Amino acid sequence: MQLITVAGPPSAGKTSVMLKIIETLQEETLKVGVIKFDCLSTQDQILYQKKGIEAKIGLSGNLCPDHFFVSNVQDCLTWSQKNNLDMLITESAGLCNRCSPHIRDVMAVCVIDNLSGVNTPRKVGPMLKLADIVIITKGDIVSQAEREVFAFRVKQANPSAIIVHVNGITGQGAREVGQLFKGAQGVDSLTDYHLRFSMPAATCSYCLGQTRIGQNFQMGNVRKMDLS
Amino acid sequence: MWDHLSVMTVKQLFTSYPYATDFFSSLPNLQQSEESSVAAYFAAIEEDTLQDLGIGRQELLDQFLSFMLQMEKLKEDKVKIESITIIGGRDKQGKVEDIELTIHAGEIVCIVGPTGSGKSRLLADIEWVAQHDTPTNRKILINGQLPDMRCRFSVEHKLVAQLSQNMNFIMDLSVEEFVSMHAESRMLENIEEVTSHIIAKANELAGEQFNPDTPVTSLSGGQSRALMIADTAYLSSSPIVLIDEIENAGIDRQNALRLLIDKQKIVLMATHDPILALMGDKRIVIKNGGISKVIETSEKERENLILLTQIDRKMLAIREVLRSGGRINEIPVELEEII
Ligand SMILES: Nc1nc2c(ncn2[C@@H]2O[C@H](COP(=O)(O)OP(=O)(O)OP(=O)(O)O)[C@@H](O)[C@H]2O)c(=O)[nH]1
Ligand SMILES: Nc1ncnc2c1ncn2[C@@H]1O[C@H](COP(=O)(O)OP(=O)(O)OP(=O)(O)O)[C@@H](O)[C@H]1O
Ligand SMILES: [Mg+2]
Ligand SMILES: [Mg+2]
Ligand SMILES: [Zn+2]
Ligand SMILES: [Zn+2]
Repeated sequence: MQLITVAGPPSAGKTSVMLKIIETLQEETLKVGVIKFDCLSTQDQILYQKKGIEAKIGLSGNLCPDHFFVSNVQDCLTWSQKNNLDMLITESAGLCNRCSPHIRDVMAVCVIDNLSGVNTPRKVGPMLKLADIVIITKGDIVSQAEREVFAFRVKQANPSAIIVHVNGITGQGAREVGQLFKGAQGVDSLTDYHLRFSMPAATCSYCLGQTRIGQNFQMGNVRKMDLS
Repeated sequence: MWDHLSVMTVKQLFTSYPYATDFFSSLPNLQQSEESSVAAYFAAIEEDTLQDLGIGRQELLDQFLSFMLQMEKLKEDKVKIESITIIGGRDKQGKVEDIELTIHAGEIVCIVGPTGSGKSRLLADIEWVAQHDTPTNRKILINGQLPDMRCRFSVEHKLVAQLSQNMNFIMDLSVEEFVSMHAESRMLENIEEVTSHIIAKANELAGEQFNPDTPVTSLSGGQSRALMIADTAYLSSSPIVLIDEIENAGIDRQNALRLLIDKQKIVLMATHDPILALMGDKRIVIKNGGISKVIETSEKERENLILLTQIDRKMLAIREVLRSGGRINEIPVELEEII
């Protein structure tokens, strides 16, 4: 069983790119499944299922989706073993900039798009900085110069990653990344595996669904701005 | 490397390796720490800050070293690319593609063929430096040899630059800021000089002039394209340039191509435009996923190119009349003859 964690900002092109990559893996008769982690809703499983890909969704609701991910990833692995998958890809919408689903000794992928601007690579947290492969999308909408500057900035943010360009619409570059995916480590059980980066320890009351504003409702890890 | 860097002060580090400032730009308390050693600086970063950055101390150190190593590598000279060789594989029916084609630096090669015939696949094979590992089973050589396969994933040794149909910029910068940002990412030293040179060249190619402080997003289609081509000629590290048609509007196409080949680029251009096709030294005809033949541009075709260019100019003149609100009552004789 191969496992790959894919994370990236909302709408970066994760699903589009995975669909194209999985298509090339299916040609080689690999059985690939996907589990999408999101907060409130997602249509992604339909897109995957349309292509004959086993897909499930996990909605974290009020929780940080990455925290939710860690609590469920072992079950996901068991699910894919039951379904006799060769490869499980988890797709997480990187909604929490401080967390990331990446696990040590499990291939970690970050998808990021050219449209997000050249300063974005510096701002994205561990889901980019600790990834093994960074996939840059939407190169078709920007100029060659912008692509080069963006890739350079990504390289600065994560100098040891393999950086690849994939077009989520035409699939250009997808076959090549598929070859990289085939090299992902095998995993039988995630027991004793570690996250690449610890998730923030304490959460505030708002992480847990509090909506009321005011001193009385702020609990847990609360930090105040200095406006003086 | 750490032994050498750790004992420097942060200030010394920045003087010796100016690009290091980029790594520190997202880290805290730089001003106060300029006199402390690099090792002391990293040791002093608070746990809370590390949490905010989303990285552990050891990982941050590892990334710093990796960053410095990689950036130093960018400055290394790379292998000069003098030629690429396409060794045929199979077409869509599995028929052998019997060809070995070598293209040299400074050459323009056009690719023609119907929709879905495999033009983009050929370009992708070249970009991937295919080694019998794509659907076409082609093999690509660089300088007549098997290249270092790491170039497939290298940002700085990327073989292919693409000038796509799209002509938009998305960055909110002036032309000058834009070009110098690109130059910085190439770690050049004479950034100002290069920048003004590129802007001047782009202005030569563009019909209407623009200024260094024009925002890139407000350039016209022709101006954008001119800037993209001049920028690619001078600043792209990639030795091969792929072009998907150059529209005729507002840009001197012949000079644009000349600029690229003067910089010893290999230019591959997918096109349906007879003028562009004849500007090439040869053209590859693709059918059914395979190269069906390679046609060298003949003497006769070159003569016809001159004629076609004249007709094109006339057409442009007519378009200009239209644009300025005139009537198209007179058709130049040459055009009439064709009709
Ligand atoms: N032009 C262009 N559009 C792209 C590319 N990749 C993805 N898109 C478009 O970007 C939009 C978002 O793509 P998705 O694949 O749904 O993005 P995602 O990261 O999976 O989004 P979430 O799962 O909702 O976070 C879609 O409209 C895609 O068609 C690309 O390379 N070029
Ligand atoms: N020799 C080949 N063997 C198998 N498949 C091939 C071969 N050549 C091309 N293909 C496949 O055929 C499809 C169409 O090719 P491609 O996209 O390159 O066409 P194109 O000429 O660029 O079309 P367009 O003019 O529409 O852009 C692609 O899926 C490509 O991978
Ligand atoms: Mg998605
Ligand atoms: Mg094409
Ligand atoms: Zn989180
Ligand atoms: Zn919270």
